[in-house]
Amino acid sequence: MNKIRRPHNNQTSKRVARTHASPWLRNYFSGHAQEALSSLGKLWRAPFATLLTILVIGIALALPTGLGLGLQQTQALSQGWDGNPQISLFLKKTLGTKEIEKIQQRMRAHKAIETVEWIPAEQALQNFKTTSGFGDLLNDLTENPLPDVLILRPKTEQSTPAQLESLVNELAKSPEVDIAQLDFAWVKKLNAIINTMKRAALVVALLLAMAVLLTVGNSIRLEVQNRRDEIEVSKLIGATHAFIRRPFLYTGLWMGLLGGLIALALVLASLLFLQTPVQALAELYQSNFRLEFPGLLESTSLLIASALLGLLGAWLTVGYHLRQIKPQ
Amino acid sequence: MIRFENVYKSYPGGFEAIKNLSFYLPEGQMAFLTGASGAGKSTVLKLIALIERCTRGQIIVNHQNLTRMPERQIPYLRRTLGIVFQNHKLLMDRNVFHNVALPLLIAGFPRSEIGRRVRAALDKVNLLSKEKCNPITLSGGEQQRVGIARAVVTRPSLIIADEPTGNLDPALAQEIMRLFEQFNQVGVGVLIVTHAQSLVDKLGYPVLRLENGSSSSDAMLQADSTVQFSYE
Repeated sequence: MNKIRRPHNNQTSKRVARTHASPWLRNYFSGHAQEALSSLGKLWRAPFATLLTILVIGIALALPTGLGLGLQQTQALSQGWDGNPQISLFLKKTLGTKEIEKIQQRMRAHKAIETVEWIPAEQALQNFKTTSGFGDLLNDLTENPLPDVLILRPKTEQSTPAQLESLVNELAKSPEVDIAQLDFAWVKKLNAIINTMKRAALVVALLLAMAVLLTVGNSIRLEVQNRRDEIEVSKLIGATHAFIRRPFLYTGLWMGLLGGLIALALVLASLLFLQTPVQALAELYQSNFRLEFPGLLESTSLLIASALLGLLGAWLTVGYHLRQIKPQ
Repeated sequence: MIRFENVYKSYPGGFEAIKNLSFYLPEGQMAFLTGASGAGKSTVLKLIALIERCTRGQIIVNHQNLTRMPERQIPYLRRTLGIVFQNHKLLMDRNVFHNVALPLLIAGFPRSEIGRRVRAALDKVNLLSKEKCNPITLSGGEQQRVGIARAVVTRPSLIIADEPTGNLDPALAQEIMRLFEQFNQVGVGVLIVTHAQSLVDKLGYPVLRLENGSSSSDAMLQADSTVQFSYE
């Protein structure tokens, strides 16, 4: 009985904290580690509910991740053309070889043009026959449908978009030219499309991130309801909000992290599944384009982002629901 | 210690549970709080633990003024109190040991000390052999004793108990009261809400009686026996 002693000062509340000031920090961290493990244990003991939640999170995160990776790689594919624009001059089919040579000389003399390459119509047809796979079909043609083409590379100091535009307009006016086409414009358009899609992917990502927040929030809300008695008693015997909130925040963090792992697995599985057909497609276009798997940086970012989303979802819900529980 | 000075508590809708209540419970004093149902006994306990805030007046518990206490300080006030509940409020999803350990976990005691303190508290209420049992397997009297062990495990300077013998037969009730007397003998203040008048009479501690006025619903206070309680 003599173990119960009455405190002698009026600062009993702070007394407890002060008495254990030295091992306080160690105590704090071991408390956190224990809380983290016990939250994980609770998830493990309710495998079905946990699996359902983290699958929803995983699918919601896999979608924008896959989309983002795909767009990034498509853009990388187009990047190679960005630096050196070229102009294709499709010549009128009535021109003879001599006339074409004359045009070439004129082009070489042009102040804005660096190099000129002639692809004769015959050669173009041969190339097309070997690369397109329509070889046999093309053999049946009585005349060559393709025009002679001059590939011009503008001088780099003359390649601002405005200058290129005016050069193309000027070339298009010459009587021998059927069509003058700036390949750069096509790359620009592709980039514009990719940028638009990137924005769209961002919108999708934001919406799905909100879905993740709501999913985690809902699980946490149920968990708070299940542990209502414990929360009420804890409040009555002096638990701070931080103390009561902590296990739920860890639960949210784990859910986010596990959901992120599932998302990563889904993305990797999808890439593996797509790899062979994409490579076959790329080979048809003489491209050595390969699907890149997400690297360490991308994977870690995804996991950190998903864990933080889980934490945020828990944070937003638990504060509100804990305030609803008033001890009686 | 507890000091109430002209305390009023009214609920939304105008119901006045407590009207102009003043009393003083010195440090280390044991006393009873009695009165008919609805006289405001539970409200007094709720005001002491800051589960409710008073509408007017001043309340001082363990030398801390509750009137101006900010919300974030409340947990620390409650840690200086040992609260025993009528329905004991034990958690049925964990064993006796973990129920008693909860206040220590909350207050951030190191693990090594938790085991020692929990066993000391269980020893005092004679339940050391039941530490691994689930509370649901215990009798009513044993459950209440676990509740008391949980209230004293942090060695509070003041125990407040809300009808701790409400669901127990007279023999068990007396046993519980003896426990409280033992804590009081080592200097812990004890305030027990009860309507077991026979026990109150037999034990002879100061009594604070809350009464509904016959003509109004005012809660009134009568100082029954000693100077510790004053009525204005």
